Amino acid sequence: MTRRRLVAHIHPLIPRRQRARGATVALVALSGLAAACSTSSPSDRRDSSGNARVATGTRVDLTGAGATFPYPLYSRWFNDYAQRTDVRINYQSIGSGGGIRQMIEGTVDFGATDVPMTDAELAQAGTPVVHIPTVLGAVAVTYNLPELKRPLRVSGDLLGLMFLGQLTKWNDSRLRALNPDQPLPASDILVVHRADGSGTSYIFSDYLTSASAAWAAGPGRGKDVLWPAGIGGKGNEGVAGQVKQMVGSIGYVEVVYARQNFLPVAHIQNVAGRFISPMPYEIGSAAASAFNGAPSSRDLRSSLVNAPGDQSYPIASFTWILLAPERIGRAKATQLYQFLQWALADGATTASALGYVALPTVTATRVLALIDTLAAAPLAKP
Amino acid sequence: MAAGPRLSRQRLGDLTYDIVTGTCAAAVPFLLVLLVAVIARAAWPALSLHAADLLTGNTWDVSRGRFGALPAIIGTILSSLLALCIATPLAFGAAIFVSELAPRRLRAPISFLIDLLAAIPSVVYGLWGVFVLVPLLRTHVMPPLMAVFGALPLFRGPAYGPSLLAAALLLAIMILPYITAVSREVLVAVPRSQREAALALGATRWEMIRDAVVPYGRSGLIGAVMLGLGRALGETMAVTMVIGNRHAVPHSLLDPAYTMAAVLANEFAEASDDAHLSALMAVAGLLLVITLLVNVIARWLVWRVRQPQQRIAPRLA
Repeated sequence: MTRRRLVAHIHPLIPRRQRARGATVALVALSGLAAACSTSSPSDRRDSSGNARVATGTRVDLTGAGATFPYPLYSRWFNDYAQRTDVRINYQSIGSGGGIRQMIEGTVDFGATDVPMTDAELAQAGTPVVHIPTVLGAVAVTYNLPELKRPLRVSGDLLGLMFLGQLTKWNDSRLRALNPDQPLPASDILVVHRADGSGTSYIFSDYLTSASAAWAAGPGRGKDVLWPAGIGGKGNEGVAGQVKQMVGSIGYVEVVYARQNFLPVAHIQNVAGRFISPMPYEIGSAAASAFNGAPSSRDLRSSLVNAPGDQSYPIASFTWILLAPERIGRAKATQLYQFLQWALADGATTASALGYVALPTVTATRVLALIDTLAAAPLAKP
Repeated sequence: MAAGPRLSRQRLGDLTYDIVTGTCAAAVPFLLVLLVAVIARAAWPALSLHAADLLTGNTWDVSRGRFGALPAIIGTILSSLLALCIATPLAFGAAIFVSELAPRRLRAPISFLIDLLAAIPSVVYGLWGVFVLVPLLRTHVMPPLMAVFGALPLFRGPAYGPSLLAAALLLAIMILPYITAVSREVLVAVPRSQREAALALGATRWEMIRDAVVPYGRSGLIGAVMLGLGRALGETMAVTMVIGNRHAVPHSLLDPAYTMAAVLANEFAEASDDAHLSALMAVAGLLLVITLLVNVIARWLVWRVRQPQQRIAPRLA
């Protein structure tokens, strides 16, 4: 059985509808019909007749699918953008894996993911796919040690050993050395990880792979990891629930979730040797020097774990929007570029208000420069 | 010729009725065939590439393409059998009490309460497991178990709470009402004459139940247990919430484990590569085969037990 058939089979509704809808929309957008509204559904017609728009009179619909982590922000961005222009963006939060899969299939106009596509996946897509960073994500390490008066301090090396099941007691001398004067109990370290595949697991295991030689030699990085120790919870809420209940436990959750639920978070040792808490400035700092190594590259898949910088939080990552400009054609690509330019410039305040970490100015400038280059570049196919 | 049209109208009615009910009856096996076909088709890549690894492999490592489902298979069977061992004596006791011993006034309310247990959705059991059963096990049951029996490998820690034991206990509670309700009906259906004969021969009440009532209903009781086993094997949400979701064969009752249904519930939504999807489909197919086998064995047991039972004489001295 081919991949497409298998996928169509499992998500029978999503791709087909999007495919059909994408086709109509492309026709409308390209021919520039003034009567574009006649092809849209009655409910769309009703709200578009209401408010005055900055628009050209041409309705554009774009479809995307992918990561769940940025979904609250993206839906707000799409909504705000639709108020200002005639561009409607329909986004399905089906997970990073699904986003990449639909990008390879070509059933959506854009994808979104927390996990960069591998070279093999890029090759499978059969058309150039560009990664555009939109905001930053980070993973917080949460724990349940009611005795502690100050946040737990831990290094990547020790985290790796804990999640390997090789560091098993809280009062281990290596942990005590990092947390002098803290009453670490003599109990077992109870590890909680994600049971479902997720971008959060990818970022965390990417960090462990980079920070702990023992981890790199063992499980390595991935959306699904072969966890050698501990129990699995489904979703951020599953992991947080287990950690809240079990005294002596440690787990990892997405940072916005940790902040919204007031979970205790550990301070993690960064490359500069300092212990950093996952606050917006510290996460942003991790991205500041992301593209220094390759100033003109189009490949923005950089990993942010263990990023340099005194203040950088070490378990951070971009989340990306995936574009295949040659596949969707000039008209749609231009609309997406304009949206991204708006989102990275004017959308940053919305991102911060919702608890996300916007790209630092230097990084955003670099991403905008790439978008300008892409917009100016001639397309191989129309 | 007044009868002619009426007759043909009746025939037409019969015919329509035949077709409608026939279609309904055919729809069920058709759905089963469709289900099996779809699963088999989707699972084929995994089965053709590494069927042996799937059945006997210990390693489930998605990023390296290793799909050994043995831990999940063992976890499924162990948790269900343990649940059965806990639930069956309780259920039989309750059924015998309700049908034979309870005062008439108590019978209806007790039966009603037991039936009510069966109507609770499994997520509710799961939540109860997460917030009541697991913390209770972790703080008040597992530490003493480890202190007393810690030398035995069966009770080695660490005491996470979510574990094979928690899943088995929760499953036992969930299947208890099914086994009880069916066994109660079976025992109630034992003819009065059977009991009277035993009593007339001088049997005590206990002897009457043991030697006349239970043997008569044996096939039905086995059916009740098998129904419970079938439910335990397929139970998903509640088990996922308390079993700990770890791809490893449990060595102790306190170890986290996995079941096949829980693997599917956790991993299906985010499975992105073909090998993973196909392996999950193969696990689904395997679960289907195991539950079908249980049903076949149940039928066979019921049939075998029923044969000699017709001529069984009460073993009364």
